[in-house]
Amino acid sequence: MISIKNVSKWYGDFQVLNLCSTEVTKGEVVVVCGPSGSGKSTLIKCVNGLESFQKGEIIVDGSSVGDKRTNLSKLRSRVGMVFQHFELFPHLSVMQNLTIAQCRVLKRGQVEAADKALKLLEVVGLEAHAQKYPAQLSGGQQQRVAIARALAMDPIAMLFDEPTSALDPEMIKEVLDVMVNLAQEGMTMMVVTHEMGFAREVANRVIFMDNGQIVEDRPKVDFFRSPGTERAQQFLSKILSHSA
Amino acid sequence: MYSFDWSSIPGAIPYLWEGMLRTLQITAVAVIAGMIIGTILAVCRLSKNAVLSTFAAFYVTCFRSVPLVMVLLWFYLLVPDLIKRVIGNPNLDIRLLSAFVAFSLFEASYYAEIMRAGIQSVSKGQVSAGLALGMTGGTTMRLIVLPQAFRRMTPLLLTQAIILFQDTSLVYVMGLADFFGVAYNTGNRDGTLVELILFAGAVYLAICFIASTLVRKMQKKMA
Amino acid sequence: MVADLDFRVFMQPAVGGGGTYLSYLLFGLGWTLLLSITSWILAFAVGSFIGVSRTLPGKVMPRLGALYVEIFRNIPLLVQLFIWYFVLPEITPFFGTWFKQSLSPELQQFVSATLCLGFFTAARVSEQVRSGIRSLGKGQYGAGLALGFNTAQVYALILLPVAYRIIIPTLTSEFLNLIKNTAVASTIGLVELAQRSKNMGEYTSRLYESFIAVTILYAIVNLVVMLISRNVEKATRLPGLIGGKK
Repeated sequence: MISIKNVSKWYGDFQVLNLCSTEVTKGEVVVVCGPSGSGKSTLIKCVNGLESFQKGEIIVDGSSVGDKRTNLSKLRSRVGMVFQHFELFPHLSVMQNLTIAQCRVLKRGQVEAADKALKLLEVVGLEAHAQKYPAQLSGGQQQRVAIARALAMDPIAMLFDEPTSALDPEMIKEVLDVMVNLAQEGMTMMVVTHEMGFAREVANRVIFMDNGQIVEDRPKVDFFRSPGTERAQQFLSKILSHSA
Repeated sequence: MYSFDWSSIPGAIPYLWEGMLRTLQITAVAVIAGMIIGTILAVCRLSKNAVLSTFAAFYVTCFRSVPLVMVLLWFYLLVPDLIKRVIGNPNLDIRLLSAFVAFSLFEASYYAEIMRAGIQSVSKGQVSAGLALGMTGGTTMRLIVLPQAFRRMTPLLLTQAIILFQDTSLVYVMGLADFFGVAYNTGNRDGTLVELILFAGAVYLAICFIASTLVRKMQKKMA
Repeated sequence: MVADLDFRVFMQPAVGGGGTYLSYLLFGLGWTLLLSITSWILAFAVGSFIGVSRTLPGKVMPRLGALYVEIFRNIPLLVQLFIWYFVLPEITPFFGTWFKQSLSPELQQFVSATLCLGFFTAARVSEQVRSGIRSLGKGQYGAGLALGFNTAQVYALILLPVAYRIIIPTLTSEFLNLIKNTAVASTIGLVELAQRSKNMGEYTSRLYESFIAVTILYAIVNLVVMLISRNVEKATRLPGLIGGKK
């Protein structure tokens, strides 16, 4: 589904990604973790073309992201993304946030889009808030709406860029619950996160990045039992003792 | 002590009212046209296309370095000339048209800067979110960025409109009679120039004070 | 239209004598600048006074200052000019008679224009001085008093030196506005740069050349003023304060 081959990226002289390669097959849930500055957010943003890259190749469901001939808008409409700071559109109601792209990009009718929106809001438990505006919702609620907004496009895969990092601790669980359900229903997911509990529960594989490189890329069980590298070990011990 | 003679004011009210309508007319046209052109200029200025960006910057710099009086004089002479070349009929009273064009193009440069600041104040994450949903850059700008930019800049846009309302009095240099022009002409004709000028000043003071107070209240509510 | 621009017109002698059209425009620029500077001196002095008085403790001074600002900001500049030129000489006993009798027509225009632009701009300057002082916070004022200074000393020695540095950019833009506003003086007969561009256009029928030249002159003035302002900012920058802001 998602194929990343030898991707390298520079900001001017500074290299942020160094020969990153990995695959995410259909239905897989891959967690990407690592210290800040390791390039994990940048890597995931390359997958849907929000960030460009100078070397390598990324293929999403047959389309090459780096190829100039690829219709990026079309590709992005098929891959959902959830942002660290939610990025709901403040001037639109929750319902409008969910329907605007369905109507404008997928050319669905207003009624069809609204129906879909309501169903998804039920799934995330927020159907009562359909007419509210983002500013009236808590962080956890906003992020759940953001997930629904991405799902409304019927994506083939979902990308999550540190979805719970900007949330107060009490609200992290409600968002993770939604993500766990999504994983259990078979959605292909690539998740940048520090939440190792989530990884342990639903991830198939864990990728550890450091200094722009993919240092480890192993099945979840192996990763947690005994990470291969010392860097990963250090990172894991710091994270786990913190969230224990 | 000067003896004030306010007697010529009541009789002139119908003409003064017409003048006020003319003032409001020019203000309205310039605000609307100025905002539309200004928004387009702001988007051009921020675009990656070097031609558009340079043109917009050039336009804004030009109009902002020269006095409004000069722009009015320029269009007072220019518009008839242009119309003669295009249509060939020099008989229309194009002073009002010149005023509309001059004010609109001038105000556009000020609105362009206000909207540019507004657009830049919308977080980049919003653009990312729009793009991530599959919207094109243009759609994202139209549906996501501009609405938010407008809302944030509303007090500034309104303040600029109040300034424009006052600047309309400068059509005097084109021989056009707006509210102040009528007041001046009436005073000149009746020998009560002092009273009419003071009257006009008082009217402007009342209107603009009320308007700017309302804008300040709006600003407080938005904060 | 673009093809028949002829810039040699600037070398032609001006109608009414006194040199070429180029020197005609340059003299206009001279009047513009002279008026700008005299008005600015007045505006800066009055504006500083009012700006400071609006930040003083107590109720009377701040309120009077606010009243001043409201009056001068809500009446159009043209109307204010006419009040100074047509109204005040008539209704004020001493100033009025002196104005009408002792001053030549040109001087009357110049004095009215200076007073008008000065007091008009002072209102805007006062807002900037006020916000500059306020941005320093009450802490500075308190610290000054605690050292034993009286209010005047706190302002002169502690608050204003920093406040003025902070507002150099906004004051510069105010000065540039003032230069542009001098064009209004043409309505009472002061033939400054903008008016001359129109006159030249009419006399020579070379509209585009005339306006292009004057636009360039205004742009040059803008550039020069901004350059001077940036150098003043650099020269007075306080080490450690980025851009002078806290």
